[in-house]
Amino acid sequence: MRNRLAGLFWSLLFLAVPVLGVAVFAVAPSIDVWLPKDVSAHGKEIDSLFYFILALTGVVFIVTEMLLFWFIWKYDVAARGEEKATYIHGSHTLEVIWTIIPAVVMLFLAIYQMNAWADVKMRRPVMKPTVEVVARQFEWRLRYPGPDEELGTPDDLFLVNDLHVPVDEDVLVQLKSMDVLHSFFLPNLRIKQDAVPGMKIPVWFKATETGQYDLVCAELCGWGHYKMKGRITIESREDFDAWLEQKYREQEATQPNPQEDML
Amino acid sequence: MSTVTHPGPGDTTTVAPAGSAKPRPIAEFLSTYVFSKDHKVIGLQFLFSTLVWFLIGGLLALAVRWQVAWPWSDVPVLGKLFAQEGGQMSPEFYTMLFTMHATVMIFLVIIPILAGAFGNFLIPLMIGADDMAFPTLNMLSYWFMWPAFLAFGASFFVEGGAASSGWTSYPPLTTNPAASPGSGMGQTLWLIGLTFVGVSSMLGSVNYMTTIILMRAPGMTMFRLPMTIWAMFITALLQAFALPVLTAAGFMQLFDRSIGTGFFSPEGSIINNEMTGAGGGQPLLWQHLFWFYSHPAVYIMILPAMGMVSDIMTCFARKPLFGYRPMIYSVAGIAGLGFIVWGHHMFISGMNPALGMTFMVSTMMIALPSAVKTFNWLGTLWGGRIQFTTAMLFSISFVSMFIIGGLSGIFMAATPVDIFIHDTYFIVAHFHYVLFAGTAMGVWAGIYFWFPKMFGRTMNEFWGKVHFFLTFIFLNGTFFTMHILGAVGFPRRLADAYHYETFHHLQPMNAFMTYCAIGMVACQVIFAANFFWSMFYGPRAGRNPWNANGLEWTAPSPPGHGNFDVQPIVYRGPYEYSVPGCEKDHLMQTDPPLETAVAAAH
Ligand code: HEM
Ligand SMILES: [Cu+2]
Ligand SMILES: [Cu+2]
Repeated sequence: MRNRLAGLFWSLLFLAVPVLGVAVFAVAPSIDVWLPKDVSAHGKEIDSLFYFILALTGVVFIVTEMLLFWFIWKYDVAARGEEKATYIHGSHTLEVIWTIIPAVVMLFLAIYQMNAWADVKMRRPVMKPTVEVVARQFEWRLRYPGPDEELGTPDDLFLVNDLHVPVDEDVLVQLKSMDVLHSFFLPNLRIKQDAVPGMKIPVWFKATETGQYDLVCAELCGWGHYKMKGRITIESREDFDAWLEQKYREQEATQPNPQEDML
Repeated sequence: MSTVTHPGPGDTTTVAPAGSAKPRPIAEFLSTYVFSKDHKVIGLQFLFSTLVWFLIGGLLALAVRWQVAWPWSDVPVLGKLFAQEGGQMSPEFYTMLFTMHATVMIFLVIIPILAGAFGNFLIPLMIGADDMAFPTLNMLSYWFMWPAFLAFGASFFVEGGAASSGWTSYPPLTTNPAASPGSGMGQTLWLIGLTFVGVSSMLGSVNYMTTIILMRAPGMTMFRLPMTIWAMFITALLQAFALPVLTAAGFMQLFDRSIGTGFFSPEGSIINNEMTGAGGGQPLLWQHLFWFYSHPAVYIMILPAMGMVSDIMTCFARKPLFGYRPMIYSVAGIAGLGFIVWGHHMFISGMNPALGMTFMVSTMMIALPSAVKTFNWLGTLWGGRIQFTTAMLFSISFVSMFIIGGLSGIFMAATPVDIFIHDTYFIVAHFHYVLFAGTAMGVWAGIYFWFPKMFGRTMNEFWGKVHFFLTFIFLNGTFFTMHILGAVGFPRRLADAYHYETFHHLQPMNAFMTYCAIGMVACQVIFAANFFWSMFYGPRAGRNPWNANGLEWTAPSPPGHGNFDVQPIVYRGPYEYSVPGCEKDHLMQTDPPLETAVAAAH
């Protein structure tokens, strides 16, 4: 038998792919390079779908990469002596099996996702918008409807980048853009939606915990894209109402007729 | 060209490998090496041009990585080249860098190296033709790349710099110059360059289809074609059907930008404190048109590599391809389905969510032919006699890495999960696994494998393996970690993300990735040295250095004008390795049938 060192070396290199691949994913949560904390009602579903796909693809990944490793180790020419390679052009049975099984799995996977998708993007709660978010280069302009709950009336409250929402309640955001594309990304609420000029897109969620989190722009909107940063504050109904009131008073004091220059 | 006789010894019918220094009339030199209509010369012209752009694209990537790892710090070495603020880059500059990195890699490297370089060089040789069906068109397809090279290249030097709105060029950022103050001609030149790349691809694809349909050698039926040719054929079909849409959309964007047609701009926008014009358009329209081309285009960017890898793997496993027909059907399936999945790039764009659901189903389905191909590659290795040549190592790694890229596609195809990972580094990981760890590795496999045919000499195997090993390690160091960055939601295209509480702890990881990226680019020096050294001093290769079966291996290395010294006649498929009862372990497509050979011996 010829020297198998080269074969050993290359097989181990390819074995390292599944081994280190799994290791990276195993270690990631413990070094905090992983899904950020979720504080939304629908996020659990999205995260569990993520884990489900991770498990499924993880198994396929390990099995196929291990087979690859095993074949190149076992069928290294140095290990084969005088034996000829197997003269085979394929197998009808195998083709049928490995077409049907993935087809069924993929179809199931697609159908399995639909409910969560519908929750986040299709089953809009019947309510008036909690807040209108108008994206523009490079800030988030916010408009709260005020006591009459109607947008576009004189009691509207205008703010920039400082989004507040009540906890444990449905929140409906009306998302617009004034200039170019932006994307309204709340990592901790598992929300992302592009803001498109000319469109009014509804976004809804229910926060389940109080706290302060990032509002990120996730669609390239020009040179200042990286700094288009907002904050979302999730607070109790009382705190939220008090905050609204206080901001409204501040606005009255400084700006007699603010909606003039707004869209 | 070869009919012109000139004094001096030497075989005038051979296209000499570079370096023969015979004094020739300038006209002949031009028609042989510059405005050549010989498919092999055109293929090599594509190869050299795209490799140069590969280097440029790689350096752009390093500059991008520098900023991501150490935002606003002075850029070493390269900083001197574009020093504005004392070697530190501005956010405008950063957006330009990643835009042009992707543009160069996709439109000036991957697409033209597969179809232009390998397609041109291999198609006539592998089907037994003396040249392409339309040699003049073929020459033009190369020369139409030059306006694109110049447009993209010049755009770096115009006022305001090159395009900086992403390779996807989403309006209204791109259609309204006021949206990026200071930007000037860059975006316009980008659109012009894109159009020329399109024209070039179109000329090539018409040629490839015609050649493959009409010019196959006697006996070369469609189902005896090597996978490389099947892949090139289907890629050409994809190009022909998808490209017109991109070209039209590109012109619409050009008009929006230059004369305010407003196809993609709604009315009533206020950009940079100025009311925009009449509008009446829709930004999403561009995304539909762009992805209607660009999703099929991602397959244009990988199918030929899949074909080449299939051919190389069978040769070095000394085994027939497992499931030849299923392999062809799955390429066809990918191509067909490839036209109805474009919406997966638009799940959260504001497109009707019900439509998103249907695109999810079609996208899940397109993973299926990819899976079938993977299983068949594994089947091909099973029971083989595997030789670890450099070309084989690159091919095996193609399969290993494509598994990762295909599986990560499933996460993003799942619409609810994509809400979170869209426009994060998860996607950056995905497409680098398919495009770099997949296609680029396939391209290297192809170069090491067909180099002897191109230049008549073999590349150095030892240094080839060193090149493979380092590239493989560094690429995984760079790209694998991107998956978990994406799991945090780390957004792509941000000049500096660390001021976000969610992301500020990710800098060390990004620094690690940048070190790997630098290593990855640096070790290409080994490849470049090996390539050029071997071109002149490598050991001479015979006609068939790898004992492979394809028709190209019956021609001289390098083949002369007209390719074959005798008309090849094809008796069998391309994968007859290790046939029982046959003394050699390979039966070339041109070897006469076994029975007659056996009968003749008696
Ligand atoms: C197994 C099959 C595949 C599936 C299911 C798949 C799925 C997807 C999905 C859903 C996206 C969009 C993600 C998002 O923007 O949120 C995407 C992006 C992308 N895919 Fe794939 N993909 C597959 C194979 C490939 C292949 C073979 C290539 C290229 C050779 C490729 C290249 C790309 C590129 C370049 C992007 C990113 C475009 C951009 O936004 O800049 N994919 N893929
Ligand atoms: Cu932005
Ligand atoms: Cu796609």
